[in-house]
Amino acid sequence: MGRRRASQLLAGYRQFLVGRPTPSSHEQSISGSYWKLNTWRPCCMFRVSVGTPQASNYLNLGKTYAIKQRSFGSAATDIRRNPAFSKLNADDISYFRTILGERNVVEDEDRLSAANVDWMRKYQGSSKLLLLPKSSQEVSKILHHCNSRKLAVVPQGGNTGLVGGSVPVHDEVIINLALMDKIVSLDKINGILVCEGGCILENLSSFLENEGFIMPLDLGAKGSCQIGGNISTNAGGLRFVRYGSLHGTILGLEVVLANGTILDMLGTLRKDNTGYDLKHLFIGSEGSLGIVTKVSILTPPKLMSMNLAFLACKDFTSCQKLLLEAKRALGGVLSAFEFMDRHSMDLVLSHLDGVRSPLPSSLYNFYILVETTGSDETYDKTKLEAFLLRSMEEGLILDGVVAQDINQSSSFWRIREGISEASVKVGAVYKYDLSLPVDQFYGIVEEMRNRLGEAAKVVGYGHLGDGNLHLNIMTTRYDSDILAQIEPYVYEWTSKHKGSISAEHGLGLMKANKIHYSKSPETVQLMADIKKLLDPNLILNPYKKILDLFAICN
Amino acid sequence: MRKRGREEERERSEAKTGHQLVRARSGSEMKVMVAVKRVVDYAVKIRVKPDKSGVETSNVKMSMNPFCEIALEEALRIREAGAAAEVVAVSVGPAQCVDTLRTALAMGADRAVHVDAGAAPVLPLSVAKILKALVQVEQPGLLILGKQAIDDDCNQTGQMIAGLLRWPQGTFASKVVLDKEKQVATVEREVDGGIETLSLDLPAVITTDLRLNQPRYATLPNIMKAKSKVIKKVTPAELNVELKPDLEVVQVTEPPKRKAGVIVSSVDELIHKLKNEARIL
Repeated sequence: MGRRRASQLLAGYRQFLVGRPTPSSHEQSISGSYWKLNTWRPCCMFRVSVGTPQASNYLNLGKTYAIKQRSFGSAATDIRRNPAFSKLNADDISYFRTILGERNVVEDEDRLSAANVDWMRKYQGSSKLLLLPKSSQEVSKILHHCNSRKLAVVPQGGNTGLVGGSVPVHDEVIINLALMDKIVSLDKINGILVCEGGCILENLSSFLENEGFIMPLDLGAKGSCQIGGNISTNAGGLRFVRYGSLHGTILGLEVVLANGTILDMLGTLRKDNTGYDLKHLFIGSEGSLGIVTKVSILTPPKLMSMNLAFLACKDFTSCQKLLLEAKRALGGVLSAFEFMDRHSMDLVLSHLDGVRSPLPSSLYNFYILVETTGSDETYDKTKLEAFLLRSMEEGLILDGVVAQDINQSSSFWRIREGISEASVKVGAVYKYDLSLPVDQFYGIVEEMRNRLGEAAKVVGYGHLGDGNLHLNIMTTRYDSDILAQIEPYVYEWTSKHKGSISAEHGLGLMKANKIHYSKSPETVQLMADIKKLLDPNLILNPYKKILDLFAICN
Repeated sequence: MRKRGREEERERSEAKTGHQLVRARSGSEMKVMVAVKRVVDYAVKIRVKPDKSGVETSNVKMSMNPFCEIALEEALRIREAGAAAEVVAVSVGPAQCVDTLRTALAMGADRAVHVDAGAAPVLPLSVAKILKALVQVEQPGLLILGKQAIDDDCNQTGQMIAGLLRWPQGTFASKVVLDKEKQVATVEREVDGGIETLSLDLPAVITTDLRLNQPRYATLPNIMKAKSKVIKKVTPAELNVELKPDLEVVQVTEPPKRKAGVIVSSVDELIHKLKNEARIL
C-alpha cells in the first residue's frame, strides 16, 4: 500500500520537481524507497522523523531532483539573512559535542536536509547543524551558548506545521526535542499528566487511554507531532469544541529562555492566582520566546460511549441552525461539529481510494459530522437520535446516517480528515486557516469561487463548532497570478469581517508579516517589547511569526 | 462439511421435514430469518480478564458481529429484489442484545426477536437449538447467518442448525443468487482451488463470508421507521430449549508480547547481534 500511495503522491508532486527530466528508473527507485504511511489523518502526510533511516530515505527525492523553494502563501524567499547573527564555527560544534555527545550533534547532510524542509515541502532552509538534547539542562546549555555567540536557533518538534514555522529560513541551528520523550508522572485522581516536550501526541494518547484518560487535543498529525510543538503553536484540532483551548488545559510549563534560564512554571494546580500567569505567553508563541521542555496538562477521563452521525444539509443557514440546536439539545455530550461542502466531498471521493459516500443517493451542498461522547451508550444514542429526527422533521437535515460501530465511525471521519490529503493530489494547494464569526463563515469560500472562476477549485471545510474555516484553493500548478488574486484579498476580507487570519495553524513564515490584519499596532508593539525583554538578541526562531517585531526591535 | 453438487443436496433435502410446507409458499411471501450476534466491537483492542476466565466485556463498546451485518445486508437485498417478503432478525443473549436488534431494524429488517438467555455465554449448540425452535415458529424459507462470530470464532452455529433442521447448507457464501420460481439458492464459495458453486433447494441455511457484500449504513429515515417496529421477546424455556453448557472454557490468555526492537548504530554491531544474539549467521 505504501508504495502505491507513494507513487500517487509523487505524481501529485511533479509540480514541485523542476530541473532535470525524470528518467523512469529514478522514478521507480523513489517510489520504492521512502515514506512510511500509517494512519492517514489530516495535516500529517509524511512522517518526517528526524534522525531515522526513514528520514534519510525521504531525502532521495531531494537529491535526485532540485527542489525549487516555493513561496506560495506569503513570500519568504526574499527575506535577507540578519547580518547580526554569527556563523557557526568549529569551536561551536566541538562545544556542542561536549554537552550532547558525539551522536546528538548532527551534521550529516541527509538528516539535515530532512530537518531543513517542512512536510509540505514548501519551505526549505539551509541549516548546517541539528542538535538533539536529552534534558532541559542540555537545552539550557545550548541556548546559553547560542545567545552569547548570537547564533540563531529554530526549535523543532515533529515538523508537521503548515506555515513553515518549524524549519530554518537560513542557517539557524535546529534544536529538535525528539529525544526528550519521557512521561514524568500521571496523577490518576485528577488526570494531570506531566511529560517532556518531545513526547509524541499519539504516544501520550495511548499511554493515557490505558490509564482511563485521553489527551484534550487530537489532531491529524498526532503520529508525528510533539506536545511541545502543539503548545508552542497552540494547536486546536478535533476535540476543541468539547475540551477547549490549550490555554485552558495546560496547567504548567517548564520553558528554557533564550539566555539559557530554565523557567520552572510546572505547576499541577487547577487554580493558582499568584502574579501574572506567564505560561500563557509561551502557548502559541511559536518558539519565539522560549523552548517548551516540560508540560503539565489536565487530561479528561476517557468516556466509553461515542456516537457519530454524518448528515446532509441543503444550505449554510441550515448548518448554522443545526449547530445552535446541537448545542442546545446535546449539551454536554457534544464533542465535535465538523463541516464540509460538496466540493470537499467530491474531492475526497475522487482522489482517495476506498472512500465511499455514506449518503450515495445524491451529492448534497453541505455535510456535517456530529459526534457525541458520554458515559452511557444507550442514553447518548437515544438523545442523539431524538435530536437528529427532530432536526430532520424541521428540515434542517435532508438526510443522514448514524454509525453503528467503530468501523463505520472511522469511515465517516476518514472523509472529513481525508480532505487535506486529497487536496494535495490535485496539484498545487493554497491553504488558509481562518477564524470567522459563524454568520460570515462560508462567505469567503463563495467569494473566492466567484473571484477565481474556472481557474481554481475552491473547497471550504473545518470546525464549524469553533468558527474555524479551512479554505483550500487548488490549481494544477503554482502560479503567481492566481496567488495575487487570492492574497491579500483573503486577509483583507477576514480582517474586514473581524476574523483571524490564523485560527490554529499559527503565523510561521507563511504569514510572518500579516499579523496586522488581526492585531492592532499597539498590541503588536507590546508583543515586540516582550520579545525584546525575553530574547534581546532575537535568536529564537527569527524571521517568522511577527516579522514586524523584527523590524520594530531593530 | 463440504457437499459437492446438487444430487447430494437433493437427497438430503427430500429427507427433511417441513420442506413441502415452505415450498408451497410463493416466493414473494417468503420470509428470511437472520441471526445477529452482539460482540465486542471489531475495532476495540481486546483485553483478557485478569483471572483468565475470558475477555473483558464490561465498559467496552459492543456492536453487531461484522459477518452478521453481511448476513443481514444479503437478506435485505433479497427482499429488495422481490424474492422475499419479510426479513426477521434474531438475537440470542443478554438484555442489551436489543441494541443490536435496533441496529438491524434501522438497517431495514422488518421485525426482530430477542431470545433472552441471560448474561452467561450461550454456546453454538444451544444457539442452534434455539434457532431451530424459532425456525419452527417463524417458518422462514431461508436462514442466513454470519460464518462465525468474531468473539469466539467458533464457526459452528450455521452448520449445526443445518444439521438439526436437516436443511441443505451453503457455508462461507461469497455470492448468493435466489431463483424465486424454482425455489433454489445458488451459492458461490471461495475455496482453495477457486470458486465452488452449490445449488441448494429451499429452505436452506447460508453462512456469509466477508466478500459477499458491503453492508449499508443506518439512515435517519430508516432509524425513524425502526422506532415503530416490534422486538418480540421470548425465553429459551418458552421455546422448550434447555441451555446446557456443553463446553467449558479452561483458560483465555493473551498472545505473547512482542519484544521492542533496538536500533543498531553500525553494520558491525548488526552483524555481531545477528551472530551472537539472533544466532542466524
